[in-house]
Amino acid sequence: MSDSAYRITAEAGAAASTAGAGDFLALLKPRVMSLVVFTGLVGLLIAPGQLHPVLAVVAVLCIAIGSGAAGAINMWYDRDIDAVMTRTAHRPIPTGRIAPGEALGFGVFLAVASVAMMGLIVNWVAGGLLALAILFYVFVYTVWLKRRTPQNIVIGGAAGAFPPMIGWAAVTGSVSIESVALFALIFFWTPPHFWALSLYRCGDYQDAGVPMLPVVAGKAVTKRQMLFYTLLLIPVALAPTLLGIAGWIYGVSSIALSLGFVSAAVAVLRSESDAPAKRMFGYSLFYLATLFGLLIVDGPIGLSG
Amino acid sequence: MATLVMNTDREQDRRGDDGRDPGEWQRRRRSRNLAVAGILGALVVLFYIVTIVKMSGG
Repeated sequence: MSDSAYRITAEAGAAASTAGAGDFLALLKPRVMSLVVFTGLVGLLIAPGQLHPVLAVVAVLCIAIGSGAAGAINMWYDRDIDAVMTRTAHRPIPTGRIAPGEALGFGVFLAVASVAMMGLIVNWVAGGLLALAILFYVFVYTVWLKRRTPQNIVIGGAAGAFPPMIGWAAVTGSVSIESVALFALIFFWTPPHFWALSLYRCGDYQDAGVPMLPVVAGKAVTKRQMLFYTLLLIPVALAPTLLGIAGWIYGVSSIALSLGFVSAAVAVLRSESDAPAKRMFGYSLFYLATLFGLLIVDGPIGLSG
Repeated sequence: MATLVMNTDREQDRRGDDGRDPGEWQRRRRSRNLAVAGILGALVVLFYIVTIVKMSGG
């Protein structure tokens, strides 16, 4: 049999893959999706105005599906480097459980469906922002920046910062300074969060040829940059109180949590081992989840409502 | 050549295209089909409820 016939046969076989429902769920990056859904939900809950609970559920569902769609397309594009990195080598495409084309089709279908549902059922401002977030993640972060610059996650982090703004727009039908403040909180949180991970996964990124900051500029520069962003987060995290969408409980807590983040960055800066970076990565997740949780507790629908 | 390719496809289908256990292949296909059916059913219910909400001015 000629090479082309072998290729056609292999592709036909791959097209009828043996992937189960769980493999398709894994394509949606459910762990990333959980934080996206939570921050989107908070944006929706603290926005001024009212949205019918059914439409609110649809809005959150669309944010979740849109996030998963972007993740699936990302896995399709990054399948070559995913196969090299230990953290991602078990994903459905590198392991051959899902054919690349199948993953791409699945992702594109979900992306279009989530944006259409958001636009038609909720409103087109939220739908437009969801489309922008997906397109930004796929084209700006995954295709353009990720393999080209160590600033990939600084700029690309914007994609993950959209959900609270989308949730807010689902209720208000607009973008406001308050929703931009929520966007900024995630935007400035992303670099220290991701660089903490990349510090102790540095070898993985090096093997895959991804120019993460520790690979290109070295660990010392990365640690200083992480400290810079954690300091920047102190006023950024306080902004919701200053803008009146959260009370003093949130304000005081945000300062305490931000100082904790700064001290974690200082510990990383002073240490040569991976342990402080791992602790900082864990703390960064706690930090963001707690801040957004406090926005509910001490926001317009909570104690300050 | 075309016949050879088709035969190979059939053989792969019978085996479960990567040579895995056919029972496992069928189980995975079944779970996938059930998931698609469940999602379609849920969407029908969701769109019905959304229509009612929209019609009542929600």
